[in-house]
Amino acid sequence: MIRGLHRLLVFATMFVAGAALSDVPGDPDRGATIFSKCKGCHQVGPDAVNRIGPHLNGIFGRPAASIAGFAYSKPMKRAGSDGVVWTHETLDGFLENPKALVSGTRMSFRGLSDPQDRADIMAYLRVYSDDPSNIPEAEPTARATDHNVDPAILAIQGDPEYGEYLSSECKTCHQRDGGDDGIPSITLWPEEDFVVAMQAYKRKLRPHPVMQMMAGRLSDEEIAALAAYFKTLE
Amino acid sequence: MTFNRRAFIGSATAATAALSSPMVMAAGAGKPNVVVVGGGAGGATAARYIAKDSKGAINVTLIEPTRVYYTCFFSNLYIGGYREMASLGHSYGTLATEGVNVVHDWAIGVDRDAKTVSLAGGGTVPYDKLILSPGIDFVDGAVEGWDLSAQNAMPHAYKAGSQTELLKAQIEAMPAGGTFAMVAPPNPYRCPPGPYERVSMVAHLLKEKNPTAKIIVADPKAKFSKMALFQEGWANHYEGMVDWIGEEFGGGNVSVDPDAMTVTIDGEVTKVDACNVIPAMKAGRIAELAGVTDGNWAPVNGADMSTKADADIYVLGDSCQQGDMPKSGFSANSQAKVCANAVRGALTGSKVFPAKFSNTCWSLIDTDDGVKVGATYEATPEKIAKVDGFISQTGETSVVRKATYEESVGWYAGITADIFG
Ligand SMILES: Cc1cc2nc3c(=O)[nH]c(=O)nc-3n(C[C@H](O)[C@H](O)[C@H](O)COP(=O)(O)OP(=O)(O)OC[C@H]3O[C@@H](n4cnc5c(N)ncnc54)[C@H](O)[C@@H]3O)c2cc1C
Ligand code: HEC
Ligand code: HEC
Repeated sequence: MIRGLHRLLVFATMFVAGAALSDVPGDPDRGATIFSKCKGCHQVGPDAVNRIGPHLNGIFGRPAASIAGFAYSKPMKRAGSDGVVWTHETLDGFLENPKALVSGTRMSFRGLSDPQDRADIMAYLRVYSDDPSNIPEAEPTARATDHNVDPAILAIQGDPEYGEYLSSECKTCHQRDGGDDGIPSITLWPEEDFVVAMQAYKRKLRPHPVMQMMAGRLSDEEIAALAAYFKTLE
Repeated sequence: MTFNRRAFIGSATAATAALSSPMVMAAGAGKPNVVVVGGGAGGATAARYIAKDSKGAINVTLIEPTRVYYTCFFSNLYIGGYREMASLGHSYGTLATEGVNVVHDWAIGVDRDAKTVSLAGGGTVPYDKLILSPGIDFVDGAVEGWDLSAQNAMPHAYKAGSQTELLKAQIEAMPAGGTFAMVAPPNPYRCPPGPYERVSMVAHLLKEKNPTAKIIVADPKAKFSKMALFQEGWANHYEGMVDWIGEEFGGGNVSVDPDAMTVTIDGEVTKVDACNVIPAMKAGRIAELAGVTDGNWAPVNGADMSTKADADIYVLGDSCQQGDMPKSGFSANSQAKVCANAVRGALTGSKVFPAKFSNTCWSLIDTDDGVKVGATYEATPEKIAKVDGFISQTGETSVVRKATYEESVGWYAGITADIFG
């Protein structure tokens, strides 16, 4: 049923010799079933066309927002120009919580919390991503890392007064009134989206050098304080 | 308020005749007084943050002679033809409505015992805390043959506005195939990549209007900020146009003759058609008059930006000597926020949070070819020390470079809204 599966198996065998062996190997057949969650918006396979979402052929190694003719959201285009390429790691993070990697993406999908589900879906997509030069070693089957922000971090109550002080540093670039030419707006975000985005920069899942540096030196409490403050800005 | 603040506001619409400096003293009654000298990147930010966050508990007076502040940042883009001069001008109307008493005058002296600042227009202003952010002045005799009286023949354009316009006009008037020379400054100076962004923008202008023209840069330094990025950009966009003469080729051994319009580099005399002299710099003169400088700059404590010389006088931005931060508008703005938080705490007991600083400097090399360098900093007992940083890479894709340029446009909108509202 799944075209190209044989090729996957060939690669899988080749990679057995390598070091990065999979703890959570993806099962493409199970992935095909889980893909029903995506089907309403995405197609994959020889006749796939863009629908609500872009087609997902050749997704491994494909830069974000690179299908010509598909009307991506501004944040997704920004992710593309920042250098986000769909690899095992970025795709895993994106599928777990699309907003962590691309805040403001138009893909309204809650995410897949189970690492096995993600591994399976990636194994399935991998079948349609068969240009070897685009597939970094062990990409489809490497161990799924947990990108989800620890609930304990999300539960931290931020101090808005401290957040206001810390935010003065952000306002050099991010406009207080929410203007967003060249640099995105960060006011009036739900606290959780804000924390998730900042943690993704801090962990370098999101690629921007300025924001990796800014978030890199903030503690979890400071991020919570900023979220508590920015949420209140008119 | 016991007096009419409207009389003191500096917005372009305010009645100028109503400015009466001796009355400023009346503002003191009961509340602590903060006086800020210089309404640029550092001073206007500090005044605005203190007034806004103290919610009327502190009298804040900003002394700044000009009614419209033209940012040096992006002034090179004006030369390149990417910005109008008017888009770089900012006035003080928002600060005034947010409670800052803006006095358009020069500060000409500081009496540290009486704790007053005297004004050129007469009168004095009392302070409990004095914040100086007067930018830079030039070191006398730094470039042989050049002094301020030569600034019309050979503009510095290192304070933005008419100087920048003059320089651009002179470049545009160059004969076909003519020569533009720049005398670059020694370290430390405001905006480390500034001269080289300027070279790029002049090259861009000449490439369009006068493609056989030449650019000579006499530089006392052996290397400069983002050097690899600029040199790659000059080779890619302006091949054969830019002749950079660094220290090892005598770039520091330079003199100029503004009447004859010649530049002599390491003994070799060149006739030039336009010349930009950027002399060595020092703290704005008022810092020296206040007695808080040591050599050319004012040493400060990184934790709150107070001077080593006087705990009630703070120096921000280009004038201060703090450690690792480059002299930039971004740095001045960042330092001002730390200072504002500390000054408020000292005067009203509000909570003082630890000092955090950052800086990013973008430069435009050619259309949609932007590069950046940035870092974060913290206060140690010795200095403001670098924590972490990044820099654009050579060979980046045009997509990345374009995004970097667009970011810089966003930053300009962000920082000017943060400083001036
Ligand atoms: C060509 C160029 C490009 C630049 N590009 C960038 C850039 O891209 N990014 C960046 O971050 N920085 C850039 N800079 C640097 C930036 O402009 C300065 O570092 C910044 O303006 C410093 O802020 P400041 O508050 O110390 O001084 P300023 O902004 O210069 O403000 C000083 C103010 O004090 C006033 N003043 C002086 N003396 C007195 C007195 N006695 N009484 C009352 N008022 C007084 C002056 O009128 C002035 O308004 C650039 C600079 C140049 C020249
Ligand atoms: C409700 C519709 C919807 C669902 C469900 C959905 N997506 Fe998307 N997806 C989109 C849209 C719309 C975009 C483009 C987002 C943007 O531009 O911000 C997108 C983008 C993507 C991208 C980035 C593509 C690119 O070219 O950069 C990937 C990968 C992706 N989706 C995978 C999935 C997977 C896998 C699932 C199922 C687990 C899924 N999506 C579920 C609508 C959806
Ligand atoms: C030097 C300029 C600069 C500073 C200072 C800065 N940011 Fe950013 N920020 C950016 C840029 C540029 C982006 C876009 C990055 C990208 O493409 O991922 C961004 C993106 C973000 C995003 C994601 C927005 C989105 O829509 O994806 C958040 C959240 C954010 N910043 C928060 C902050 C906070 C909080 C601070 C202060 C602690 C801060 N930033 C300081 C430049 C800056």
